[in-house]
Amino acid sequence: MSATPRTPSLARVRRLDVPRLGRGIGRSGRWLVAGCVLGIALLTGVMIGPAGLTASGVALELVNAIPGVTLDSGLTSQQQAILWQIRLPRMVLGALVGATLAVAGAAYQGVFRNPLADPYLLGVSAGAGLGATLAITQGGGIGPFGVPLAAFAGGLLAVSATYALGASVGGHRSSTIIVLAGVAVAAFFSAVQTFVQQWFDDSLLAVYSWMLGRLSTNGWSDVIMVLPYVLASWVLLLLHRRTLDVLAVGDVEAASLGINVPRVRLVLVLVATLGTTAVVAVSGLIGFVGIVVPHAVRLIFGTSHRLLLPLAMLFGAAFLVLADVAARSVVAPAELPIGVVTAFVGAPFFLVVLRRNRSMT
Amino acid sequence: MIQPHTPSTRTRPARLTWLGAAALALALAACGSPATPSASGTTDAPAATTPATTTPAAASFPVDVVTGAGDSTETVTIAERPDAIVSLSPTATESLFAIGAGDQVVAVDSQSDYPAEAPITDLSGYTPNVEAILAHEPDLVVASTRDADLIGSLANAGVPTLALPSAQTLDEAYGQIERLGTATGHLADAKAVVAQMDERIQAAVDATPKAEGATYFHELDPTLYTVTSDTFIGEVYGMFGLTSIADAAGTTDLYPQLSEEYVVAADPDLIFLSDTQCCGVTPASLGERAGWAGLSAVTGDRVHVLDEDVASRWGPRVVDFVETVSDHVTALQTAHA
Repeated sequence: MSATPRTPSLARVRRLDVPRLGRGIGRSGRWLVAGCVLGIALLTGVMIGPAGLTASGVALELVNAIPGVTLDSGLTSQQQAILWQIRLPRMVLGALVGATLAVAGAAYQGVFRNPLADPYLLGVSAGAGLGATLAITQGGGIGPFGVPLAAFAGGLLAVSATYALGASVGGHRSSTIIVLAGVAVAAFFSAVQTFVQQWFDDSLLAVYSWMLGRLSTNGWSDVIMVLPYVLASWVLLLLHRRTLDVLAVGDVEAASLGINVPRVRLVLVLVATLGTTAVVAVSGLIGFVGIVVPHAVRLIFGTSHRLLLPLAMLFGAAFLVLADVAARSVVAPAELPIGVVTAFVGAPFFLVVLRRNRSMT
Repeated sequence: MIQPHTPSTRTRPARLTWLGAAALALALAACGSPATPSASGTTDAPAATTPATTTPAAASFPVDVVTGAGDSTETVTIAERPDAIVSLSPTATESLFAIGAGDQVVAVDSQSDYPAEAPITDLSGYTPNVEAILAHEPDLVVASTRDADLIGSLANAGVPTLALPSAQTLDEAYGQIERLGTATGHLADAKAVVAQMDERIQAAVDATPKAEGATYFHELDPTLYTVTSDTFIGEVYGMFGLTSIADAAGTTDLYPQLSEEYVVAADPDLIFLSDTQCCGVTPASLGERAGWAGLSAVTGDRVHVLDEDVASRWGPRVVDFVETVSDHVTALQTAHA
C-alpha cells in the first residue's frame, strides 16, 4: 500500500456519495420521487381539513384562480375564505417551515460532523423559547409581532453566546467544543425560561401552546414575514453544498484543501440559525424534523450534501405538510400540537429506515 | 407584600383556572368517570353539612366537611371555628367574603384579586410553597388543587386543607359555597348566598327567550382553545338553549383547541371573548383575522367581550356571567325577530 497521507480521506469522500436504500433510483429518479412526494403532500394538504370542503369544489376553485378562467366552484364565499385565507397559507407555511428545518438540520449535521446536531442545537430553541415566553407573559403590550420577534432575538442571542463561549474555550478549532458550549447555553436558557414560565403561571397555556408548535397563520402575513429570511437561508446553504462535502472529511483536511474552516463554519451556522429562528418564530418549537428528514434522505439517497440539501428541503416540506394534515384531522375539529405529530410519526419512521438500512449493508 | 397590579396580572386566574380545569377534565376522562353534568354536585352539600344543619353559627365545631370534587366522600375535620384562613383559590376567596367569613381570612394567593379587601399576598396557588403558607399560621387552608403533597404536608403540620377543585356544574358550585359555610361557621349565610344566586339565575333564565339551536364559540385564548357544552361554562350557555360549536370535538376533551377553519366553517351565532384582558383580542381584531370577516357573528355585531375573571371562576359572581349571557341572548333573539 503506497498510500499518500491524503488517500484515506479522499476515499472517505468518495464513499460518502454511495446511495444505500435508493441504490436502484437513478439521478433524475430522485428528483422525480421527491417531487411526487411533495406534490402528493400538497394535494392532500389542500384537500383535507375539518371544514369539510368538497374535493371537487377545492379543485375547481384552484383552477378558477388561473387568470382568465371563470368556473363556478360551488363553494360559498365563506368556504372560499377558508380555502384561500386559512387553509392555503397554513399549508404554504408548513412547507416553508418543514423545508427550512430540514435543510438547516442537514447543514448543522454537516458543519459539526455530528449526527445529532439539529436546528435546536447551539441553544437556538432554548433561546427562542425564552424570548417567546417573555413576550407571551408580558401580554399583548408588544404588538402582534412581539412573540416572533422576541423568539428571533432570543435564538440569535443564544447562538451568539454559544459561539462566544466555544471560541473562548476552544479557539474556533474544535466542533466538539462548540457543541458542548451549545448544550450548556441551552440548559441555561431553558432554566431561565422555565423560571419565567412558572413565575407568570397564568400564561402557561399560551406558552405550552407555542412550545408544542402550531401552524396557525394570520392569513398570508406570517408567510410573507418569514419568506425573506427563509429564502436567504435556503440560497446561502445551497451555495455551500460542496463546501459541506469537503468539511465532512475533517477540519484539518478541509483546511489543507484551502478552506477557511472557522469562517465557513461561522457563516453556515449563522445562515442556518437565521432560517431556523425565523420559522420557529411563527410556528413554535416543532421538533424532530431537522433530525429525521436529513437522516432519512441520507439513508435512502446517500450522504453527499450536493443532493442531501435540496432533497431534504423537498422531503422536509412534504413531511411537515402531511404532519399538519394529521394535526388538524386526527381529532377534528380539535387540533393536536404539530410537534406531537412530528415526533410521534417521525421517530418510528426513522427507526424503520435505520433498521432496513442496516439489514441491507 | 408589594403586589404588581398590572392589567395582565388581573387576568391570570382566568387562564390558570381553565388550564387546571382542562387537566381535571382529562383526569376524569382518563379514569372513565366523566362528571355527569347535573346530578353529581347536588348531593354533596347536604351530606357535608349534616352536623351543622341543626345548629347554626359557631356552636357546630368540630365539623367534618367533604373535601375534593362534588362526588367525593373524603372529609376533613375542622376542630374549631377557624379564624386564620389561608385561601389559595380566587373562587374560594370570593365565596368566603360573600358569606361573611372575610374577617377570618388572613392571607389569599396572588390571583385572588376580588374583593378588594381580600388580604392578597404573593402566595402561589399553582406552585404552593408549604413553608410560605405555614408562615401565616393558618388554622384552615382552602385550595383549588388536590395536590396530595401539599395537603399531606399541611396535615403533618396540623393544618386541615379544604380542597375545592373547579366545579363541573352549577350545583357543585353551590355545594362548594355551602361547604365553605360549614367549615367557617357561616352555613346560614352560605345558604342565603346560594338561594339568592339561584333566584337571580332563574330570573335571568326565565326572562330570556330560549335560543334553541343557536351556537356559540367561547374563546379562551387566541390559539382557539374553547369549551364544550359539558363544562361549567357550557352549562350556563346551555340554560339559554345555546350549544357549543366544539361539541363535535367529542366528549373526552372538554376544553379542546379547535382548528381555525372549523370555527369559520361552523359560523357560530355568538362569539364570546374570554381573552381580551390577557391577550388583547377585541371584536375588531377578531374581525380582522384572515377569513373571519364574513362570519355572521362579526357582520351581525355579535362578538362579545366577557370579564375573564368572572367567566372563569365558579363563585358568587357566576350570577354576573349568567346575566351577561342573558343580555346577549336576548339581543340575538331581538335581532332575529
